[in-house]
Amino acid sequence: MKLELRGITKRFGDLVANDHIDLVVEPGEIHALLGENGAGKSTLMNVLYGLLRPDEGEILVNDVPQTFRSPGDAISAGIGMVHQHFMLVPVFTVAENIMLGAEDTKLGVLDKKKASAHITEVSQTYGLPVDPEAVVETLPVGVQQRVEIVKALTREVDLLILDEPTAVLTPQETDELLEVLRGLKAAGKSIVLITHKLREVKAIADKITVIRRGKVVGTADPGESEDELAAMMVGRHVQLVVDKSAAEPGAPVLTVKDLSVVDDRGHRAVTDIDLEVRAGEVLGVAGVQGNGQTELIEAIMGLRPAVSGSVLLGGAELRGRTTRQVLDAGVGYVPEDRSTDGLVKEFTVAENLVLDLYKSEPFGSKLVYRPEAVARNAKDRIEEFDVRTQSADAPVGSLSGGNQQKVIVAREMSRPLKLLIASQPARGVDVGSIEFIHKRIIRERDQGGAVLLVSTELDEILALADRIAVMYRGEIIATLPAAGATSEKLGLLMAGVTGD
Amino acid sequence: MTTVAQFWNRNRIAGAVYVLLGLLAVLYFGVSNPAKNDVTLRLTADTSLTFGARPVIIVLGLVTVAVGVALLAVLTARSHFAWTAGVALGALVLAFLFWGTSLAKTLHTIPVEALLYGTLIAATPLIFGALAGVLCERSGVVNINIEGQLLVGAFAGALVGTMTKSVWAGLIAAGVCGALMAALLAVFAIKYLVDQVVLGVVLNVLAFGITGVIYERLMQPNAAEYNNAGQFKPWEVPGLSDIPLLGPVLFRHNLFVYLALALVAAITFALFYTRWGLRTRAVGEHPTAADTLGIKVRLVRYRNTIMGGFVAGLGGAMLTIGAGVTFNKEMTAGKGFIALAALIFGRWSPVGAMLAALLFGFADAMQQFLSSVISPVPSQFLQMAPYLATLFAVAGLVGKVRAPAADGKPYVKG
Repeated sequence: MKLELRGITKRFGDLVANDHIDLVVEPGEIHALLGENGAGKSTLMNVLYGLLRPDEGEILVNDVPQTFRSPGDAISAGIGMVHQHFMLVPVFTVAENIMLGAEDTKLGVLDKKKASAHITEVSQTYGLPVDPEAVVETLPVGVQQRVEIVKALTREVDLLILDEPTAVLTPQETDELLEVLRGLKAAGKSIVLITHKLREVKAIADKITVIRRGKVVGTADPGESEDELAAMMVGRHVQLVVDKSAAEPGAPVLTVKDLSVVDDRGHRAVTDIDLEVRAGEVLGVAGVQGNGQTELIEAIMGLRPAVSGSVLLGGAELRGRTTRQVLDAGVGYVPEDRSTDGLVKEFTVAENLVLDLYKSEPFGSKLVYRPEAVARNAKDRIEEFDVRTQSADAPVGSLSGGNQQKVIVAREMSRPLKLLIASQPARGVDVGSIEFIHKRIIRERDQGGAVLLVSTELDEILALADRIAVMYRGEIIATLPAAGATSEKLGLLMAGVTGD
Repeated sequence: MTTVAQFWNRNRIAGAVYVLLGLLAVLYFGVSNPAKNDVTLRLTADTSLTFGARPVIIVLGLVTVAVGVALLAVLTARSHFAWTAGVALGALVLAFLFWGTSLAKTLHTIPVEALLYGTLIAATPLIFGALAGVLCERSGVVNINIEGQLLVGAFAGALVGTMTKSVWAGLIAAGVCGALMAALLAVFAIKYLVDQVVLGVVLNVLAFGITGVIYERLMQPNAAEYNNAGQFKPWEVPGLSDIPLLGPVLFRHNLFVYLALALVAAITFALFYTRWGLRTRAVGEHPTAADTLGIKVRLVRYRNTIMGGFVAGLGGAMLTIGAGVTFNKEMTAGKGFIALAALIFGRWSPVGAMLAALLFGFADAMQQFLSSVISPVPSQFLQMAPYLATLFAVAGLVGKVRAPAADGKPYVKG
């Protein structure tokens, strides 16, 4: 299928998310749409998929103009989409999910046999094994993604859009996915790959279109260097590698012993974990999302009771303390979900900068709150951390993701810390801000602080960590020095493979 | 700390409560205020069983104690919770029934047939209401408005049934009025994104108000012209109604009871085996996913909510033209909320909701029976029984249930 977008414009109020975007995808082509978070890639694809209506511009399929009022229209025109957050009903079986919206019935009764047969046929044709009877919520993320692809293929699409498909995959799963995409291309399908990961783009794309702030800023060949692509994407030269000297570890700051934690449903999420973070080093905890990292950090922070074990900060027990006591003991915390756990979106930037300090001097006492001290503090922090905001009194929710994250980092790093816990500090943050945040983390280390970094992005772990602990199913299955670690080796560990 | 919390899990807490309640039953019903007269269980017109009430009560109390001990000692798995609750609480209720009957002023006979017949009658409006909830909530719209929908159904059934002199017209009008009320709920919930719990309560007040005014101004002063509908006559199913015990209990009802049971079967089938059901459940669980497959989420929700209102309206008519009773102000008396509880207790499944409704219906029938034989239990306490049963069922026995994931969450694109 040949797809052409001409002058697509989409506005949300004053914000122009897509500004006269032109794009041509040739039949049998893998076309990468490269851009930072918030550049407008997903908006463009939602327009193409009929989820949003464009304000201007037209969509042409095989040179025929089309109007998509709903995803149903896009599907019948031969366009399928695998969303970043999977569009699968967790309590349904694979077959139910795939047949939904295109159900075969026999005398009004759902024909599950026919659906299963069709699924098996498609999955054999393209080499995508799925079990039609499995319940989706019991499947690993990689398999769920496969279900999404099969779902699109059973609808006989000719063009498949994949929105950040590798965000939740291990390096090996990513390789498998790229292999599947090559197979689809060989079968004559066109593919649009939305991503901000340069390596994948170089590995698989035939053509690259770069989007920045809602505009197409250029096209490139996969032959271009990563540095050049990054510069196009961000609009200036960026340093992809963090400069850092060798760590000089001192005395242990955080010692976790035999810690076990259960998740919200009462299942064991963390089992007998031991770990140690020394002064002046960054310990990176790598792992695929959902292997107990969240529960581990929440237990250390006093946000979730531990079942057993101990958490020592410089020899003092933290387990059983309240979160405020943990913070007061000298722990800084950048939570993984900044919008629900890190910020009060309706509060101003200035207020968010003192969320943990508002009742201690100079910002106030038990009875009073001193706005002028808060404002002064905000002015300094905004300058020091390069927070781009209209004013200190703007609601923090109006800032971009990267700047929101900088507000959290500024708050957590502006008091003396023994330990900094940073969970997914680069998630949903633009490259420029990532660069800045990473530098601050290394500076914290160089000043003698201990840093516990949790990330599902291997690049981030490899860039920052001095030692790496890999979490798999609630256990730390290996700890290794960053010096000898490669993404292949870590990828295997993240998938639970420990054999030497 | 932790060890204590782990020891007192849900099963053990329930076990301790059963031991306590069982002992109380033995001591109070069996010893300190003992049952005196023998109790006769009349199963059919010519089969009766007579028991010494006291030994039966003591045995039932001890059964409860035994279940409690078993829960404390050995039955620690989660799966044991539900059936043990059924046995223990069932034994307690039976003990109470025997005791109440034994000390009654008039008769010492429990008419099993009539009691179960009454259970079904009392459960029928609850089944309709809970099915209305299933239809709405499976598609993701919370329906706190069941009470109001039942009430307008009862009202319209009586009013239109009288004016047209046709109970059938009354029945249709009841469904339509319930659907209209639900349409209001749907518009505000789906289009204007109003909080669905608050909205449901407000619409209930609206239903009280409208029916109350018309009742006082029109139906009460001119009862003969406006509040004097006929009644759906019972229809004995040929053959089946002659089965001993089962026949009289199940097959000598009027349209409403049969319709309720048929709807349970029909909705179960539709929900799990048809395209409509698959789409309904998808929209209630993950509306965005449904939308990306071209399913019109809001349309599904409108349709289901209005269908739910129609069903609840029919259920309301059971209270007037189904029972041969005139309409009365706020005559639903919380039945809509008990239906809501049945929906939750039944875990959003039509069959589960029906079973829960039957349980609450039994509490109601028992209450009516014990009042009629003038048992020593104060009547105010007896009237609390269905509500108490609801409270215990929902608070204590349900535990963590999983509602449809998008229940009550409006769907906004983008």
